[in-house]
Amino acid sequence: MAGLKLTDIAKSYGEVEVLKNINLDVSAGELIVFVGPSGCGKSTLLRMIAGLEKITGGTLEIDGLVVNDVPPAQRGIAMVFQSYALYPHMTVRDNMAFALKLAKKSKSEIEAAVKKAADILQLAPYLDRLPKALSGGQRQRVAIGRCIVRDPKVFLFDEPLSNLDAALRVATRLEIAQLKESMPDRTMIYVTHDQVEAMTLASRIVVLANKGISQVGTPLELYEKPQNEFVATFIGSPAMNLFTGEIAGTGQQTSIKLDGGGFLASAYPTNHDDMGMKVKVGIRPEDFMPTEDPGTGFSGTVDVQENLGEVTLLFFVPVTPGAEPVIAKLPGIHLGMKGKKVNLTAKPEKVHVFSNGLSLLYR
Amino acid sequence: MHPALQGLVTIAIGVGGCMGYFYLSNFLLDRFLLPARALTAAEAATRRRLGTIFLLGVPGLLLAALYLAFFLPRGIFNVTGLFWMAVTALLIYGLWRLRDYVFANGELTAGRNISHANMIRPWLFLLPAIIALGLYLTYPVFETLRLSLTERVPGGGSRWVGLANYIQMADEPKFWEAMRNNMVWLVVVPAMSTLFGLLVAQLTDRIAWGSIAKMLIFMPMAISFVGASVIWKLVYDARPVDLDQIGIMNAIWVAVGGDPQQWLTLPFWNNFFLMAVLIWIQTGFAMVILSAALRGIPEETIEAAIVDGAGPFQVFFKIMVPQIMPTIVVVWTTITLVVLKVFDIVFAMTNGQWGTQVLANYMYDKLFRANDWGVGSASAMVIMLLVTPILVWNVRNARKEMR
Ligand SMILES: Nc1ncnc2c1ncn2[C@@H]1O[C@H](COP(=O)(O)OP(=O)(O)OP(=O)(O)O)[C@@H](O)[C@H]1O
Ligand SMILES: [Mg+2]
Repeated sequence: MAGLKLTDIAKSYGEVEVLKNINLDVSAGELIVFVGPSGCGKSTLLRMIAGLEKITGGTLEIDGLVVNDVPPAQRGIAMVFQSYALYPHMTVRDNMAFALKLAKKSKSEIEAAVKKAADILQLAPYLDRLPKALSGGQRQRVAIGRCIVRDPKVFLFDEPLSNLDAALRVATRLEIAQLKESMPDRTMIYVTHDQVEAMTLASRIVVLANKGISQVGTPLELYEKPQNEFVATFIGSPAMNLFTGEIAGTGQQTSIKLDGGGFLASAYPTNHDDMGMKVKVGIRPEDFMPTEDPGTGFSGTVDVQENLGEVTLLFFVPVTPGAEPVIAKLPGIHLGMKGKKVNLTAKPEKVHVFSNGLSLLYR
Repeated sequence: MHPALQGLVTIAIGVGGCMGYFYLSNFLLDRFLLPARALTAAEAATRRRLGTIFLLGVPGLLLAALYLAFFLPRGIFNVTGLFWMAVTALLIYGLWRLRDYVFANGELTAGRNISHANMIRPWLFLLPAIIALGLYLTYPVFETLRLSLTERVPGGGSRWVGLANYIQMADEPKFWEAMRNNMVWLVVVPAMSTLFGLLVAQLTDRIAWGSIAKMLIFMPMAISFVGASVIWKLVYDARPVDLDQIGIMNAIWVAVGGDPQQWLTLPFWNNFFLMAVLIWIQTGFAMVILSAALRGIPEETIEAAIVDGAGPFQVFFKIMVPQIMPTIVVVWTTITLVVLKVFDIVFAMTNGQWGTQVLANYMYDKLFRANDWGVGSASAMVIMLLVTPILVWNVRNARKEMR
């Protein structure tokens, strides 16, 4: 079925280089999510796959065929745009039928395809309405319906939920997940800003940064074993805490002496050449836990406390001089922590170590 | 005084007058007629008495003076006298109602005064405009209607003739020629101008020198119709065979082996040569409006259509044109209105000879050359009747657009 293969894809607008060295293998039936900071080229990459943007370097294969110069309509793809891009002068029915009419499909065939898509998306009552008479969520479904009727090999979504409100976003996200499940052999590529969308929908996430791919992996791989500092801080909210230090003990476990004082153990293995290496230590806010032993972690007075109900966020600067501020996330409600002294540490397997921005795990 | 200075003074007087009127209206309303505070019953009664004198007494005196000076000497029991009496009665009735609206009996709250003042305010602001439009637009319509039903009596005065002017006009082949030509103009010019405008707008959108091309095409809009006619007369100019042709049409025609032609005298086709002038002018207008409309089309709908498999023509005709259809209609009807009134071009180029007469020029002929105000007014009424439905439709459309 429809795999996708990107080899050394590059994009530049004249002098301006936007993307380079993009290598990615997508097998049929995957749901790939592109995430990355604003302006990193997610939309550009998606539009290159769609054929709306010229590929300035490398090759793009869909189903084993190089499609660099194939027009969008013949690539077997369909795209949902951020602003829905419904044709405002056509009814919902005509919006969905447009591509089939252009493809000169028979009337009965078109009708059957539209009806099927409308049933899947619960759009049947609205078929004769104009887009302006629909709510945001309904418009979004029409945009998806317009893709479904064409039965493409690859679905492309560019931030499809960003114009919806929070509640609708969750509902539509679930619908997209169900849609994917009902079409297990269809490939989907999905661009988003939203981490929750990325973590819940993706079979694999592609993190884009600095004109290239930062890491590709399943959501949990990215969360548990980030390849570099960028991915480590990009995935997860609030972002991972980073502390500078140097390696003080090597072996199956590594001991790190923090510049801010104190020692931490990490489950990342090292060898004795690494002794004294300047590193950065990363701990996710939710991986902190209270400890009685003051020598093994971070102690300080809580500056600010945020009660979110399910969790409590603590902001504090450790007492030791030169120490960086810490954000910790404790499960449940802890009232009256502000001004109190806390002592926090993390399990060795939750302590990430980076050198020169790269994880020591992937050396 | 230097003309530029005169212009400045005119602007100053105009703007100053508007501001003064604005200030005075507000002053009159908020300080004098309906102060923004509560009034006791006694206060209200005094104000009502004073207001009656002000609202009815002052205009009453003026009207009485007018009657004494103008109408009494001519007798008031004829058609004009009775008409003006009716107008006076209506005016007095209106002022009476206004007095009741402004100065009520009994205790008045501040809120009542403010809301009543805000009801009156827009009308007060509109008053000068309404009077001016009534005087220069509405009154002439009725006067033209009246004139079209009368005829000049030799030695002064006029006589009621019913529809005789219209019947006479309907018997004139020149009138029907003008009607026919107007209809051809009506179809050809808006269609061609809109079509060319749309083409130019679309074709110049993405090219580097597009804005220069647009500027050149827009330029004729800045030329008066008469100026444009003079230019095009040169285009159609004809010289004897043995001389060099200075008109480009004949220059080309002779170059491909024809004999020089008097283009503007070729029956029927000369109409199209005249229309070319108006198309030349109006294309710029259509282009500017349509180009703005095309820019307003969401880029993503076009991209979606491309992904859906539409070619450039399908994108243009099935996605872009339908989305700007309302604008196309407005452009089309606006040009239609210009066409119905077309006068200068025909007047300056052929003066309606050789089968090129149009209604407006026919009207001018009758009114100012034949001095036949009856038939002239009758043709003016015909033009108005033709324009009105399109105008109404256009205004409706424009309103719908705004919503
Ligand atoms: N026509 C263009 N000319 C030059 N640079 C461009 C052009 N279009 C996009 N870019 C640049 O390409 C980069 C990537 O743009 P793109 O729209 O793909 O970002 P994105 O990752 O989708 O961002 P966002 O999350 O905000 O949508 C941006 O830095 C942008 O400035
Ligand atoms: Mg984007």
